[in-house]
Amino acid sequence: MSSTAPAQAPGQAPEAASPLLEIRGLEKHFSLSGDFLEQLKFRKGRIVREQKHVHAINGVDLDIQRGEALCVVGESGCGKSTVARTVMGLLHPSAGEIRYDGQRIDDLSHKALMPYRRRMQMIFQNPYASLNPRMTIQQTLEEPIRLHHPDWSPQRVKQQVAEVMASVGIAADWGARYGHEFSGGQRQRIAIARALAVDPEFIVADEPISALDVSIQAQVLNLLMEAQQQRNLTYLFITHDLAVVEHFGTRVAVMYLGRVCEVAPTATLFARPRHPYTQALMSAIPRLEDDRPQHIRLEGEVPTPVNLPSGCVFHGRCPHADERCRREIPALIATADGGQVACHAVEEGRID
Amino acid sequence: MALLDVNHLDVRFALRRGDVQALRDVSFSLERGERLGIVGESGAGKSVAAFSLLNLIAKPGYIAGGSIHFDGRDLTRMSDRALRHVRGHRMSMIFQDPMMTLNPVLSIGDQMVECLKAHRRISTREARAIALRKLEQVQIPSPAARLDQYPHELSGGMRQRVIIAIALLLDPDIIIADEPTTALDVTIQAEIMALLLELCEKHNVGLILITHDLGVVSQVTQRMLVMYAGRVIEQGPTREIINAPQHPYTQGLINALPQMATPGSRLNQIPGSMPSLDNLPSGCAFHPRCGFVERADGTTRRACIDEVPGFVTSGNCRVACHMVAEMLDRERIPAEEIR
Repeated sequence: MSSTAPAQAPGQAPEAASPLLEIRGLEKHFSLSGDFLEQLKFRKGRIVREQKHVHAINGVDLDIQRGEALCVVGESGCGKSTVARTVMGLLHPSAGEIRYDGQRIDDLSHKALMPYRRRMQMIFQNPYASLNPRMTIQQTLEEPIRLHHPDWSPQRVKQQVAEVMASVGIAADWGARYGHEFSGGQRQRIAIARALAVDPEFIVADEPISALDVSIQAQVLNLLMEAQQQRNLTYLFITHDLAVVEHFGTRVAVMYLGRVCEVAPTATLFARPRHPYTQALMSAIPRLEDDRPQHIRLEGEVPTPVNLPSGCVFHGRCPHADERCRREIPALIATADGGQVACHAVEEGRID
Repeated sequence: MALLDVNHLDVRFALRRGDVQALRDVSFSLERGERLGIVGESGAGKSVAAFSLLNLIAKPGYIAGGSIHFDGRDLTRMSDRALRHVRGHRMSMIFQDPMMTLNPVLSIGDQMVECLKAHRRISTREARAIALRKLEQVQIPSPAARLDQYPHELSGGMRQRVIIAIALLLDPDIIIADEPTTALDVTIQAEIMALLLELCEKHNVGLILITHDLGVVSQVTQRMLVMYAGRVIEQGPTREIINAPQHPYTQGLINALPQMATPGSRLNQIPGSMPSLDNLPSGCAFHPRCGFVERADGTTRRACIDEVPGFVTSGNCRVACHMVAEMLDRERIPAEEIR
């Protein structure tokens, strides 16, 4: 690894080292209104231009420290995948900044982004869609290496592929075969190999095990944890599965409707969730234990991200909401146990 | 006799390269008002089992053997007309994807009325009144307004509530739910499962819940089946199987859950993956992935490789495993000597 990364003494606060990735005030809106002509509407005898947006992310601040696995959890439509894609440069943010290793990357050109693309790799949810059906596994794994190291000899590329295949437990004879010949778990293994082929330091994994069966999920999670130890990887891990988060994550960020409502070290969050939404989310996990704790019933459903609620995005479903919650957007405040929570009720001490 | 009695059910799919056996020798029963879970990974045959219960297996699939006795009558020998009376009326089904189940061009009310009028001779007005009552039962906010809405106007959780209302329309004896909450978020899943459980208990409706989620099964059902490669490999009271699984596959499945390991440690994975149905291993289909083919003393248990295991009864559970059978045998001999 690079010599600039300071070794972290055990017990040292993670804030002491500069984070690998900093996300500041990130916003992403998607237009629903089509092109310019489709936006023109006839209203009260005049032609006006109307635009509607999906507010996928509304002001997200996150730091990812070197060597940690930051898990982002939330339900569908909370913006977790949009965060992942924006970080990877697959989407351009509507506002805000993304800094990688101190360098701003969200406004770079394609060419200037290339070195960062080698250092950051992505693993997608659906291994059936993320492998090119017309390429052999060998070609799939060679492609990123050739792209990022055009000066490498074919022998060196092949050697790199052989090494990465061995490290994720892919037999050498898979190379000549095509994606459709493999099961979901095997395909995800190939997708992980493709991400590791260019020796990245940061991996964004968007629901990498959600499409897999339970016994295969364990195999893939073990593989991701092994890779992290061997290669000192940093993960941004997007998932909706809290049991996986508890096992895998160093820290957890809980998102709701495009905002982060709580960030905390994993053990802290699971021992004592502070935000009412986090509490409801955790109480909803079906557990194997006999004594079934009653889950916290939330009223209503997640509002649409087209017309955001005023104030706290969660106030419509929150049992503790009051006038201030309906009016004022809560900021993330630090808690005593090392986390951050965006909730007026917690701040005022109205709830524990 | 139990309300539903499935005996030695075999389901095959006739393909050009030959028959593929999707279900082999599946037997189980369901009492009135009982809740049964069917657990397994994709390809284990749990959905085929559910579909065959209503004789809904589409060509090229067919029921090759066995019987399904419902209320004393064999569904596999029933005429289409008689079956139509059972489907929807006595047994109804909830599918995984609510958007695929609801007709997008009919309003919620029209779909419910259509279903009621297909089975009962009632007026549209009466049917709408019943539909409204069922929507109230599934706790949909402003149910009267929903009758005139279309499926795309509802959220995923709301749609699944409508599906449950439709499943309950004709007051069935059994609801078969095939992964009813897999497409939903956890908080919505918890609500839908709580609702389903409440309604089943209140109206004494039997539930066959097909899922891959052991957590859901352990919270909702009283008994469960574990399936692997088209066979039932373990069945018994849910609590006993979850707390003390006996089949090595069930053990592996439960131990592979992240909540069974200390955070950050290596998960107990099952090596390999489920074999495809047209190329099953000899003997016990699980033996290539099983850690118990070799005995503790290093000798190989040949039966695992050569013979398909039959069921042995252990406690309140039935397990298809040579290792368990051998252990039971060993325990039994000294017990008889004492007598």
